[in-house]
Amino acid sequence: MKRRTLLGSAAALVAAMAAPAFGQDEKLKIGFIYVGPVGDGGWTYQHDLARQAVEKEFGDKVETTFIESVPEGADAERALTQLALAGNKMIFATSFGFMDATLNVAKKFPDIKFEHATGYKRAENVATYDARFYEGRAVIGTIAGRMTKSNKIGYIGSFPIPEVVQGINSAYIHAKKVNPNVEMKVVWVYSWFDPAKEADAAAALIAEGVDVFMQHTDSTAPLAKAQEAGALGFGQASDMTSFAPSPRISSIVDNWSPYYIKRVGQVLDGTWKSEATWAGIGDGEVVIGDITEAVPAEVKAEAETLRDKIAKGEYHPFTGPLKKQDGSDWLAEGATATDEELSGMNFYVEGITAPMPQ
Amino acid sequence: MMIDPIAVFVLLLGAATPILFAALGELVVERAGVLNLGVEGMMIGGALAGFAAAHATGSPALGFVAAAFAGVALSMIFAFLSLYLLSNQVATGLALTLFGLGLTAMFGKPYEGVKAPAMMAGPLGLNLMIWLGLAMVPVVWWALTRTRPGLILRAVGENHDAAHALGYPVRRVRLGAIAFGGAMAGMGGAYISIATVLQWTEGMTAGAGWIALAIVVFAQWNPWGVLAGAWLFGGVTVLQLRLQAAGVAVPVQLLSMAPYLATILVLVLISARQKFGRSAGGAAPGSLGRPFHALR
Amino acid sequence: MFRLEPRASAPLLWQVATPVLAVIATMIAGGILFAALGFDPVAAIRTIFWDPLFGPAASYSRPQLLVKAGPLILIACGLALGFRAGIWNIGAEGQYIIGAICGAAVALAAYPADAFWIFPAMILAGALGGWAWGMIPAVLRNWFGASEILVSLMLVYVAQKIAAWMAFGPMKNPEGFNFPGSRNLQQYEPASNPELIAGTGLHWGVIVAGIALLVTWFVMSRHVLGFHIRTAGAAPRAARFAGVRPERLVALCLGVSGALAGLAGLFEVAGPAGQITESFGSGYGFTAIIVAFLGRLHPLGILLAGLLMALTYIGGELAQLMLQLPAATVQVFQGMLLFFLLGFDVLTRYRIRRRHA
Repeated sequence: MKRRTLLGSAAALVAAMAAPAFGQDEKLKIGFIYVGPVGDGGWTYQHDLARQAVEKEFGDKVETTFIESVPEGADAERALTQLALAGNKMIFATSFGFMDATLNVAKKFPDIKFEHATGYKRAENVATYDARFYEGRAVIGTIAGRMTKSNKIGYIGSFPIPEVVQGINSAYIHAKKVNPNVEMKVVWVYSWFDPAKEADAAAALIAEGVDVFMQHTDSTAPLAKAQEAGALGFGQASDMTSFAPSPRISSIVDNWSPYYIKRVGQVLDGTWKSEATWAGIGDGEVVIGDITEAVPAEVKAEAETLRDKIAKGEYHPFTGPLKKQDGSDWLAEGATATDEELSGMNFYVEGITAPMPQ
Repeated sequence: MMIDPIAVFVLLLGAATPILFAALGELVVERAGVLNLGVEGMMIGGALAGFAAAHATGSPALGFVAAAFAGVALSMIFAFLSLYLLSNQVATGLALTLFGLGLTAMFGKPYEGVKAPAMMAGPLGLNLMIWLGLAMVPVVWWALTRTRPGLILRAVGENHDAAHALGYPVRRVRLGAIAFGGAMAGMGGAYISIATVLQWTEGMTAGAGWIALAIVVFAQWNPWGVLAGAWLFGGVTVLQLRLQAAGVAVPVQLLSMAPYLATILVLVLISARQKFGRSAGGAAPGSLGRPFHALR
Repeated sequence: MFRLEPRASAPLLWQVATPVLAVIATMIAGGILFAALGFDPVAAIRTIFWDPLFGPAASYSRPQLLVKAGPLILIACGLALGFRAGIWNIGAEGQYIIGAICGAAVALAAYPADAFWIFPAMILAGALGGWAWGMIPAVLRNWFGASEILVSLMLVYVAQKIAAWMAFGPMKNPEGFNFPGSRNLQQYEPASNPELIAGTGLHWGVIVAGIALLVTWFVMSRHVLGFHIRTAGAAPRAARFAGVRPERLVALCLGVSGALAGLAGLFEVAGPAGQITESFGSGYGFTAIIVAFLGRLHPLGILLAGLLMALTYIGGELAQLMLQLPAATVQVFQGMLLFFLLGFDVLTRYRIRRRHA
């Protein structure tokens, strides 16, 4: 049952792309596909800012295009192929759900460099990149632990996937460190972006007595709720400064620009290699937004010290002794979590009472 | 672990308001015998227009007025096609939803990342729109059951041929009902952008219009039932999130299916009562979804 | 003033002319819209409607039209039968999702076995799943008189929640690092539905869609069932005298359209989509309603309408790529297209007469 004929289709595709791809000026064409609209104010918006940063950095040496709001699955594969056929020599696929589509298309276009965000499958011409958001969560978790008066902090989760679970654990561990009485409440909204539901989730947390919360969803709706109720929150993905100085007391920003600029530069000078990049605060990929005057100076200083220690690599947010939620041992004194452990994380650390969704 | 029921109720009132508005509007439309599946499109239109106006004028009240007008404007496309060109209502409504979602995404770009003005506070810590939504329930009920225009509207919805024979202006009545539905859907959408989220983003109504359609059925085409339905649908979301916040393990997907299954159950019960029993109360309007064409 | 006078039968000229007029009107209105947004209207229209067919990369995008149109046509065929009979299944989206889930369930249960029967069994499960989901509104209508429009619509949401539950729970890929979504069936050969001839976009779903078109044509125009369906739609009371049993017709139309939608979902999950995710339903079931109407519930029309719809999707992506037009363009276009068609349709069904005072 050999039903696949990849080589045949690749030949047809190469024939199709031959005309537009060559014989033009030497500009490097770079394509992007986004899972949301560029105006989502969060995840996709930040990727598009990085695209603009690439244009600014390299001027007329590059030309960028994007396709937004691409559903994951078959549509993604087609959008990627169209970018490839349009002569793009480097393509950024900026959502986890584009993973298999990216690998399929990459197989047909061995000359094109693909960059896939947050995935775990690589190929000769497919690199992956991700950000250590949990490093940032440690910093804002510290601020949250200091700022809460009710000793209840909250977390609005999108989907129970490792990246989000890392964030919850990291935030809790560091809040607990500065405030042993702190309790963490978690609400899952099962969406990356559903403003009304996010607002309801924030309201539910506030009703539970939470007065400082973090979010791993993209809209500013939770901050709007916080403002109404006098609670505090943090910007997510983008800076969300329109809610500063309060309720937005700081933020955790995805800054893809340094990585994009570095990788585009490598394609331009021919040194690009497929690799897995997982960069954090130290590389400028995770940025702690301005900590506002609503936060006391000593708390701000404490948070910034932690941030700088993480950036220099002197401190890992998951350093033992740590136990899992069920009381079993996880990390021994002084041990740090490996990247493999983190990338499949599906448990809470000891002390979080919320149930892990199954 | 204790959950304060009053606090949950206050959350619920806010969550239910957009769908309450939209569903009350659609209720009147359906009682006039028209099925408009474009609620989502009109809501998102209202969400953008309301937000833009509130932002430009600094007044949320003017925002809601603008939202109502936007809803009416979109509903008039539907009315023109379905009433005057006798198009299929299901298809026309779907087209309206697509059109509304697309158009607002295109024209909403300048408002992304902009913040709305502060919402109008009202008594008991609930804003004025929540109160207005609650007040609309008895108003709609009274207008439908206790006034002559309401009686005519229901007659048109039950049997448009008979109503026409009696000399009632079927099309004009329906035009009015559709416009009312548009205005209410527009305001419901604006509640999401102006009061709940305080910003504009494309697609932000996220299916609320479809929930409103379900509520009308759940309500058995009765305004009080719409209130109950809006509370049920809003309540399930709020309660589910609230339970999570309290640390209770919740089967989220299964729970969020429940209101839809309840709606089907209610629909079956009222249909069965109508089919096998004596009472016709709570049944769907007789002419629902059927185009009206007067030969004379 | 004008008044409308129903025609005894729709003239062929208008039946063919109105969709064409609608497309032209959409292009004009769309062009005005683009100009208002500051884009070159001619380039935009050309990119959306011409380039996917004859542009520089057409040898790729032409087959993709089939991939995109296949499920639309398959679903629309079933819907058209019902719509003709006045039976309104607007829950095809739900039947599509359930069909995909049932089909995928067979594959995931069989994994990693390699046997010839897996793919046929999936097809059967997909069709059965969609059929069962479509039979719910049919049974509720026949037994209790519940509106199939509303029940089938409600069941769409239920199906969406089931898909989300599956993606996070029972069907989650055990090797997927806890990310939601099932195993990718494209990578499980006995269960996959690949491109059959390279570069054509042809997969089993497209072939089945073609068969469905032929069968629909045969049933509607050559078989007594088609006569029953048409009579039931046009004159329900007369149909009873002609020996049509409405209950059977309801069950048949909803069951068949459900099964076809389920098949479409199965072919999609085994082929182009590859896996069950929480957002598996991507609107094919609703777009197919548009396709059925745009194609005037006629197989040939549905074929053309399905291809046209696919064209707007693919052209819309090209327009983003080439002209940086926003993604929402496609929705606006589809909405307008349907508006214009429904509007012009009045010419098919009615004669316009000047009203005498």
